[in-house]
Amino acid sequence: MIEARDLTKYYGRRLAIDHLTFHARKGEIVAFLGPNGAGKTTTMRILTGYMPPSEGEAKVAGFDVVEESLEVRRRVGYLPETVPLYDDMTVWDYLEFMGSLRQVPNLDDRIAEVLERVHLIDRAESFIGTLSKGMRQRVGLAQAILHQPEVLILDEPTLGLDPRQRVEVRELIREIGRERTVLLSTHILPEAQELSDRVLIINKGRIVAEDTPEELQLRVLGAQRLRLRVRGPGGAAQLAQLLRQFPGVLHVHTVDEEQLEIEAKPEEAEALRVRLARAVLEQGYDLLEMCEISLSLEDIFLQLVRDESAEDSDAESTTRKGARNSED
Amino acid sequence: MRAAWIIARREFNRYFSTTVAYLVLFLFLFILGILFNSAIQRAYQYSLFQGATPPDVQVILGPMLTLLVFSIPALTMRLLAEEQAKGTIELLLTAPVRDWELVTGKWLGAMGFLTVLLALTFIYPLALDALVEPGIDWGPVFAGYLGLFLVVSALTALGVAISAMFRNQIAAFAVTLAVFLFLWMLGALSPGSTNPVLEYLDFGRHFYRTFYRGVIDLRGIVYYLSVTFFGLYLGSVIIESRRWNG
Repeated sequence: MIEARDLTKYYGRRLAIDHLTFHARKGEIVAFLGPNGAGKTTTMRILTGYMPPSEGEAKVAGFDVVEESLEVRRRVGYLPETVPLYDDMTVWDYLEFMGSLRQVPNLDDRIAEVLERVHLIDRAESFIGTLSKGMRQRVGLAQAILHQPEVLILDEPTLGLDPRQRVEVRELIREIGRERTVLLSTHILPEAQELSDRVLIINKGRIVAEDTPEELQLRVLGAQRLRLRVRGPGGAAQLAQLLRQFPGVLHVHTVDEEQLEIEAKPEEAEALRVRLARAVLEQGYDLLEMCEISLSLEDIFLQLVRDESAEDSDAESTTRKGARNSED
Repeated sequence: MRAAWIIARREFNRYFSTTVAYLVLFLFLFILGILFNSAIQRAYQYSLFQGATPPDVQVILGPMLTLLVFSIPALTMRLLAEEQAKGTIELLLTAPVRDWELVTGKWLGAMGFLTVLLALTFIYPLALDALVEPGIDWGPVFAGYLGLFLVVSALTALGVAISAMFRNQIAAFAVTLAVFLFLWMLGALSPGSTNPVLEYLDFGRHFYRTFYRGVIDLRGIVYYLSVTFFGLYLGSVIIESRRWNG
């Protein structure tokens, strides 16, 4: 239903998304997960035919988003992040306007049906300007599903809603997602976990991980993470240097002067802890605490995002070193 | 084109819920009324001395062109600037609507409102007809109104295009007015009609020399329709370029 290959978008010289390749099948709910400015909105705007990509191509419902933009737009329902609505129109008039632009058959019946579904039928004659944030969100959603689109693209659909409304909107998305393809973006991890069949983690315009929420969790459990609290001559940083060479240790990251986080291979978990404890003491440190950290999707997300920036700064320091060497 | 009509209808209805539109309508008719009144009084006083010719429809058409130059920017400034400021353009541009249909729809909506305004001013020719003996010649009235309608069409299309360039309505208003005044002054910038190109571009000249005097001029019609098409085309190009740049 959605097929994106090497999607790239520059705003002027700034690279917003960088060769994104992904897909979404019919009846699948796919979540885009990433921090603000990661490129989620840009990607969605390309898929909805709002703007063309700088490079790469995408097909939605079998149509090219650039060459057959109108066909794509006929088949896509879109809820932009800002939920833009005309405040001076009533809910009904607004849906009538959007519905007639989209040539929805039996429009009056359909509007009533959709308003029923988003629980706004009693506000049909209210001016949009008088509605609460949650209600506006539901008007936006009603607009997006009005023409029974094959593909629904929702940019942060639960942003700014209270918990009860959030549950309602999720319920609605799940219901819609049974027959249609839904691509949604969120920065709320439990939401992605709860709603979607597949999660695409996106950071700085690149997909850093893609899997089902369960698989991602398994992947997280695949590594063992320990938190150590130590006190000693060179502080945590110096100990971290030493532990990096330690067999079985994958990653060491200093939290503060006393705390370390270690990522290690899951094999021989206990034996490793014993060896670690011993090594800490041998180096003349006091071991105040050692505990296992269990990871949530949130952690893997942060981990992936951090790895990305670490790579960047590594590359930077290498080039700087290179520059210095050449000066010698 | 169907989408353009839907957008036009909404835009037309919207004018009747905005204060700016009512204000423009009121001021337009009010100022025109004052000018009309003083023209009639002056004509009456002259006629006491010398059997001067009674005033014709020019006493209405002349001020109307000036008033339109100042009113149209206030009516077109909102059309696309507001959609961009509020982000609502995102939903229009992701609906199955072509860029030119959006621009044409906006233009049509504004044309609808301005047609209502022109229709309301018709009370003045009717009043004039009742005041002078033996009534006025209706030929020049229709030629004049046809000319005004064409002027409105051209200026509104330019106004829509300029509105597409801005998010800020006030900026759109200022630039639109500046462009109108510039086009209006072009003829004056080339005294002695030495530069035929500048003279041709002057939208006032096409009106004053022909329609204003009761002459329906084909060149004038072609000129105003060309400017209309140019404005709508420019507006569509601006919307499309906005897509590319986000």
